Amino acid sequence: MAEYEAVIGLEVHAQLTTNTKLFCACPTRFGDGPNENVCPVCAGMPGVLPVMNDRALEYACKMAMAIDATINLTSIFARKNYFYPDLPKGYQISQYEQPLCEHGRVEIETAAGTKTVGVTRIHMEEDAGKNIHSSTENKSFVDLNRCGVPLIEIVSEPDMRSSEEAVAYLKELRSILVYLGVCDGNMEEGSFRCDANVSVRRKGDKNFGTRAEIKNVNSFRNVQRAIDYEIGRHIDCIEDGEAIVQETRLFDANKGVTQSMRGKEEAHDYRYFPDPDLVPVRVEPSWIERWRGELPELPAAKRERFIAKYGLPEYDAGVLTAEREVADYFEAAVGVHPEPKKIANWIMSELMRELNECGESIRGCRLRPEGLAKLVRIIDSGAISGKIGKQIFGDLFRSGEDPEAYIAAKGLAQISDAGALDAVVDEVLAACPGEVARYKAGEKKLTGFFVGQIMQKTKGQANPKLVGELLAAKLG
Amino acid sequence: MSDLTTKTLIDMRDALATGAVTAEAAVQACLGRVAATEPRIDALLSVQAEAALARARELDAAGPAPDKPLWGVPVIVKDVLCAKGAPTTCGSRILENFVPPFDATAVARLKDAGAIILAKANMDEFAMGSSTENSAYKVTKNPWDLSRVPGGSSGGSGAAVAACQCFATLGTDTGGSIRLPAAFCGCVGLKPSYGRVSRFGMVAYGSSLDQIGPLARTVADAAQVLSVIAGHDPRDSTSVDAPAPDYMAALKGLSGLKGLRIGLPREYWGEGVEPEILRACRTAIDAAVDAGATVVDVSLPHTRYAIATYYIVAMAEASSNLARFDGVRYGHRNRQAAELLDMYKRSRTEGFGDEVQRRIIIGTYVLSSGYYDAYYKKAAQVRRLIRQDFLDAYATCDVICGPTCPVPAFPIGGVVDDPLKMYLMDIFTISLNLAGLPGMSLPVGLGADSGLPVGLQIFGQSFKEDALLAAAHGLEALTPALPEPAGLA
Amino acid sequence: MTMTADDVARIAHLARLELTPEKAALFAPQLDQVLAYMDTLGQVDTSAVEPLYSPVEHAALTRPDEARREYSRDEVLANAPETDGQFFIVPKIV
Repeated sequence: MAEYEAVIGLEVHAQLTTNTKLFCACPTRFGDGPNENVCPVCAGMPGVLPVMNDRALEYACKMAMAIDATINLTSIFARKNYFYPDLPKGYQISQYEQPLCEHGRVEIETAAGTKTVGVTRIHMEEDAGKNIHSSTENKSFVDLNRCGVPLIEIVSEPDMRSSEEAVAYLKELRSILVYLGVCDGNMEEGSFRCDANVSVRRKGDKNFGTRAEIKNVNSFRNVQRAIDYEIGRHIDCIEDGEAIVQETRLFDANKGVTQSMRGKEEAHDYRYFPDPDLVPVRVEPSWIERWRGELPELPAAKRERFIAKYGLPEYDAGVLTAEREVADYFEAAVGVHPEPKKIANWIMSELMRELNECGESIRGCRLRPEGLAKLVRIIDSGAISGKIGKQIFGDLFRSGEDPEAYIAAKGLAQISDAGALDAVVDEVLAACPGEVARYKAGEKKLTGFFVGQIMQKTKGQANPKLVGELLAAKLG
Repeated sequence: MSDLTTKTLIDMRDALATGAVTAEAAVQACLGRVAATEPRIDALLSVQAEAALARARELDAAGPAPDKPLWGVPVIVKDVLCAKGAPTTCGSRILENFVPPFDATAVARLKDAGAIILAKANMDEFAMGSSTENSAYKVTKNPWDLSRVPGGSSGGSGAAVAACQCFATLGTDTGGSIRLPAAFCGCVGLKPSYGRVSRFGMVAYGSSLDQIGPLARTVADAAQVLSVIAGHDPRDSTSVDAPAPDYMAALKGLSGLKGLRIGLPREYWGEGVEPEILRACRTAIDAAVDAGATVVDVSLPHTRYAIATYYIVAMAEASSNLARFDGVRYGHRNRQAAELLDMYKRSRTEGFGDEVQRRIIIGTYVLSSGYYDAYYKKAAQVRRLIRQDFLDAYATCDVICGPTCPVPAFPIGGVVDDPLKMYLMDIFTISLNLAGLPGMSLPVGLGADSGLPVGLQIFGQSFKEDALLAAAHGLEALTPALPEPAGLA
Repeated sequence: MTMTADDVARIAHLARLELTPEKAALFAPQLDQVLAYMDTLGQVDTSAVEPLYSPVEHAALTRPDEARREYSRDEVLANAPETDGQFFIVPKIV
């Protein structure tokens, strides 16, 4: 394995979150009934003509700027001709020669440090509709709601050398798109799609090996599995002296293997030519400057800032900035209670766990940043213990109640009254003479036992620090 | 009653506007004329008689509207233009039952101007042809001689105007398809500059070449229709965002001929043109000179490459434009096919006629892998040279004139089995579409030998249809009015 | 360029047309003749010439990103050869 090197390039199709389709004014809204968001233009009726959505152009250019790509001031829409029921005109309006953007780059973090992955190009194109195959009849059902939705296709250079790098690149790319607000990055729903081109060569070899394209991978985990499988398959072929066929393969998530589409796929001759119904797209430099001013702080910059400003370790900064909404939540909470490391911990452990369990996003979370910040402040003040804080977190998460009110209502205030605690400690020690004797004989570990007993008696509300001090004083 | 139908559009419009004639009477007169002539000329694919009468009654009830320049005027549109609620077949079986839910912009503008759409005119299938013999439904006969073609692809439109079935028609012109029928049928036809009239709702053939334009009996009639349909359309990215000048006012200006420099390209006036055509066209030019115009010798050196260039571009674009006819969402579908690929092939093969299939194949071929540079890109380069020929010529002249076609209307069946020979009919009309410039065909008399109408083309400069119309108007005044078409006597 | 019967068949398949052998035999020489005519363009020197794909000289027209629902589903499906009122229905691909 060590003598081989994998070469991976990725093609991402991202659906833009514009209100309307790329070439007509139909809504791009998800979830409406079949063919309800369709008009003669996106249905490819005779005589219709495309007119470009200006916000799609803006979004594509903003992505280009976010990855330092060059925006071509003039670019051309081209027709990609093929027949399929979900492609009403019998061609897709895309870009071929002279795409909108070229030569960008994305920085990723790998085990070996930071690496730059090149982006060859970004171009605009329209999405196809959906073809649903019946399992019972010899029929397919065509829904054109998605037909015409704007996409940007982002093509990377074949710079990645492992599935980990590939996933890191995808995650960063997705994060940038979501930060910009141009794509919602949902792999399961298909608004962020990835095809991987994989080949293998002997280390040191300047030539590329034959590559295979893997389609139909709908999660980061599956991208990783599919690429790993494919690399292994290529190596096996090379070792066995078998030729690798340049082809398209599908990843079967259940079996964990890629399968050839041979026989189903035929070589396409797309017969690209400039679309005569559209004039060349011209971008004014003044628009680019305006859009540049509208770019939000991007993930990499935010990570750096979190490390510098909040003194967070790289790992924490990475987790908190993976989603812009989480980063915003964090900063709002720190604004209320300036303890960044503690707030970070609570978000990364408790909040994330609750969100994952109920499958919700932080946007709809009832526990707002102010609430979480308050909880941490209350714990820091000693009013309740961290342990109790964790116990009640679930309730606060679900109800969004004010933590102070909740604690007061449930009478959970930590017992920090030295006098009261003193009495409880005495009670416990008196009830366990055997353990006391063993402790004094050297079994210092029994501290935990005593603490446990005290906590039981106080329903977990004893101030642990005080308990510790009192025990130490009484036991010696 | 029949007097009404021989009026010019302008005269009819004026009679309607004053209330001298009701819209209903106008429609009835035209329907009567349709009934009397259709059995002989077969110009129409569908007639919307009830809808037209209903619309006429509506208009009459509200009374003439002075702000609607075509109030109550019955018109016919080529069946390549979508008219909401009416069949739109493009002369093809593949769209036999297609009824669009929208109007082409040009059709909507006619309606908004008060015009009444009477019928859909016959045409070569998908506008591919020069004789209207490629229609899947019927062959239109030339009103001047029923054994001859009316020209194409807007043959039904030309014949309908010549037979006085209506007061103007809309045709479309990709390589001469308005001008050739105008010449063969003895009427006026105008192809605007590319981008002057919206193509939205015109079923696309050669997208970078197609334009919609009027066929009518006089230049003033054509100018009136153009002023209604011209102008920017936000639904057509190729339509130019500049207001259309007042074409009617342009006609009222000083004689369009005094001081007019008329360029005569030597490539259009030489061998290969029937003597009677040269003679009739020359007579018209001489009359113009007598009226104060001057003649300039010009050359359009790339003329001989125009047909090859045109057909590469048009067929390539057409092969892609016609891919949408797949039996999935509308149009003909073969019901026996049990599987998708089969359904595609059978539906398209059954639905498209031979000429359309030929052009799709050639178009697919010239775009296919390995051939793009040699054909499509090469043709686009030659196209620029052809356009430049015109721009160079306009340095020394204001308009360019030449015969519309080397021959008069030919016999039905006489050329159709020889595709290349048919393509060569377009030799004088085609360059204009490649250059994107405006042009008209004007009837200048009957051929001395054939007795058939002769058409003279006038080419104008980019977006200067006003000057073009003025020149044509001037020439029209000097040429003899044509008698009634002999075939309908 | 000479078009062989195989060429015609391959191109016809790309264009989703089905030519009977008779039709292919009829078309091939016609297509050949047309293509030979097109080859005359080879005589023109275009070495320094930019292609003119369209006469249009104006900049791209765009439209604002505002949704409009102008057509009902019924209108969109009205011409469908086969529909259940919601979807366009086609035979499956084998």
